[in-house]
Amino acid sequence: MILLSKLLALGLICFLSGAVQAASPAPTTARLPTTVSDSGPEPQLAKIFKEIEGKRLDSAMQMTESLLRQYPNFRLAHLIKGDLLLARTQQIKTFGAMSGAPTDKVDDLRAEAITRLKGYREKPEAQFVPRYLLQMPRDQRFAIVVDTKRSRLYVYENDLTNGGRPRFVADYYVTQGKLGAEKLVEGDKKTPVGVYHVTANLPREKLADLYGSGAFPLNYPNEWDKRQGRNGSGIWLHGTPSNTFSRPPKASDGCVVLANQDLDVVAKNLQVGLTPVIISNSVEWLSLDDWNKERNELNKAIESWRTDWESRDTERYLKHYSKRFKSGEQNFEQFAVQKKQVNAGKEWIKVKADNLSVFRNPSKEEVVVVTFDQDYRSNNLNNQMKKRQYWLREDGKWKIIYEGSA
Amino acid sequence: MTLNSPLQPRFPLLKTWRALAIGLAIGAATPVFADNLPEVQRLIKQGQYPQALEKVDAYLSNKPKDAQGRFLKGLIYTEMNKPTEAIATFTKLTEDYPELPEPYNNLAVLYAQQKQYDKARTALEMAIRTHPSYAIAYENLGDVYAKLASQAYDKALQLDSANSATQNKMALIRDLITTSGKGNVKPPVPTATAAATPPATQVAAPPAPATPATKAANSTPSASIVTSMPGAAATTTAKPSEPKPPAPTGTAADDVTKAIAAWANAWSRKDIKGYLGQYASDFKTPKGQSRKAWEEERDDRIAGKPGKISVTYDEPQIAINGDRATAKFRQHYKAASLSSSTTKTLIFVRAGNRWLIQEENSR
Repeated sequence: MILLSKLLALGLICFLSGAVQAASPAPTTARLPTTVSDSGPEPQLAKIFKEIEGKRLDSAMQMTESLLRQYPNFRLAHLIKGDLLLARTQQIKTFGAMSGAPTDKVDDLRAEAITRLKGYREKPEAQFVPRYLLQMPRDQRFAIVVDTKRSRLYVYENDLTNGGRPRFVADYYVTQGKLGAEKLVEGDKKTPVGVYHVTANLPREKLADLYGSGAFPLNYPNEWDKRQGRNGSGIWLHGTPSNTFSRPPKASDGCVVLANQDLDVVAKNLQVGLTPVIISNSVEWLSLDDWNKERNELNKAIESWRTDWESRDTERYLKHYSKRFKSGEQNFEQFAVQKKQVNAGKEWIKVKADNLSVFRNPSKEEVVVVTFDQDYRSNNLNNQMKKRQYWLREDGKWKIIYEGSA
Repeated sequence: MTLNSPLQPRFPLLKTWRALAIGLAIGAATPVFADNLPEVQRLIKQGQYPQALEKVDAYLSNKPKDAQGRFLKGLIYTEMNKPTEAIATFTKLTEDYPELPEPYNNLAVLYAQQKQYDKARTALEMAIRTHPSYAIAYENLGDVYAKLASQAYDKALQLDSANSATQNKMALIRDLITTSGKGNVKPPVPTATAAATPPATQVAAPPAPATPATKAANSTPSASIVTSMPGAAATTTAKPSEPKPPAPTGTAADDVTKAIAAWANAWSRKDIKGYLGQYASDFKTPKGQSRKAWEEERDDRIAGKPGKISVTYDEPQIAINGDRATAKFRQHYKAASLSSSTTKTLIFVRAGNRWLIQEENSR
């Protein structure tokens, strides 16, 4: 048991130092959050490990049993219980001390323990928001942000009373692809990174047991993914099979998997076609000041695009588009020619962009996904559509690199 | 590690019966009916369970509250493979006599046979709560903990019967249960020491005889002594460093003291020949085991044990009565896999100029 607590203590030290390193280099990244989440089994797990480290094994045992009463299929808790029981009859040298225990399964549970505790101790601070949630439309109530490095899903509320600032609601342990994140091709067992939304709500009755209490398909690959040559399909947000409370941190074929009870809670806040699910390798957090700055800058760029379109000054309008712009089969030159022709026949243009959403894509290139209800009116044509644009920052300026109907 | 099957009650259990019988006789039993119980015990020993049941029922019709009679009835039901009745009998006993550890222990064994290990564990913890020194309960509790651990691991790691490691582990335990069921019963010494599994983790701390370990039912990882008597701290006031003046009768007591030393020494050195040589030829082997079977078992448990064995003891209290001597002391057993402390009583008989062990009890 000494060794067990040592191993665990080492584990704790390891992930603390790892987190500090991850946090220090980028100035835009938030410092280690100081508050803790109180949903799910993590607070109890943390207490149990604290008892083990303090060699209060009876108390650890009681807590583990109470945890199991709450989550009867929680394999990690069963493993801890096994160790605590075995420690009463013999010396325990390692986590998952049963002789002949399959190492892959023990490793999975160890990874889950470390991941859960780490996620629990690193809850985002209230004064920091995910960089990706720049502008949410009024009727979108919640946003989902997934951090694959932390195996954590964060729920943010669109706080309209505070000007649409994202407000942290809850966070949950999740499982991702067996081979991690940044999906590229079909069958690579990776979870995609990008800005998605749920496209459907598949009820439990229609699903195999593997998907648990429900499933929400995501629109992977999105326009940007396709443009980057990424493929594959069937990336869902879903629950857990009935024989286990949770799965190891890396176990799916690319889906984001929640415990059933967590999925049920999250599902209540998911609006099909609306709720963004932004998956990041490592979520970047901004202070509210920085977040406001980025948000204003983008809103200004979008507004400028809209008024330049209304001005019928095609050159000014086209300055908002990247030379690498592409939409369907059309490249920038073809697009420019077409716009000049169309604008020549216009006496007036009115463009309204309602229900604007601006989500930053979690990637190395600076890309934002802009979606809005476009109401286009002119002397000879009216058109209403839901439009989606990808804006890319080129030489310090935001340029549209793709646009199409959403 | 075996589950102590009440099918073959071991020596300490018998001893407890005696203790019980005496205790109860003082309390309430009238001589007329008290005579019936040895008869019941004799019938049980002979395997004549229906007759034993008849006798015990007759006995209980006059004394329906009698603990000893009801305990025997529970045992008979167990022998007759009527676990439901046996459990009911022992459960009622624990309700009426919550201070007796034996009914709890046997309940635990019955529950364990039904794979209800959580219930078994609760019963054993109750037994230990009432009698913190009850070695059998510790031993059984160790087994139940191991079983529960194995179940927890199965759930954690999704092991099924196809997993060879689990199979081996399970088979090993099943095998030992069968062995004890066949009558290959452990003698009292190892029962209390070598086999008793303290519920504590063996940490490298040296045994501290003075440590009161009455809370031993719960594992305290730093405590290496767990099976101590509740009154041990009071009765064994003698610490190793300040030995009590030896018991009376001069040289005889000295000789007995030497015999104990030789016995513990041989055991510690794993000198099985020297160890067995300390026992009289008419040594009362536990549960009427044959001398040969007993010697083989001791050989297995002493010479066959991996790692070092250390047997030490606190200053014994020795009473000499002619050619018989009774030595009572606190024994500290330490092996690679466990440590335990028990109160040991050795009855010596004089054989020429030597004192040899004729009876050995531990509790």
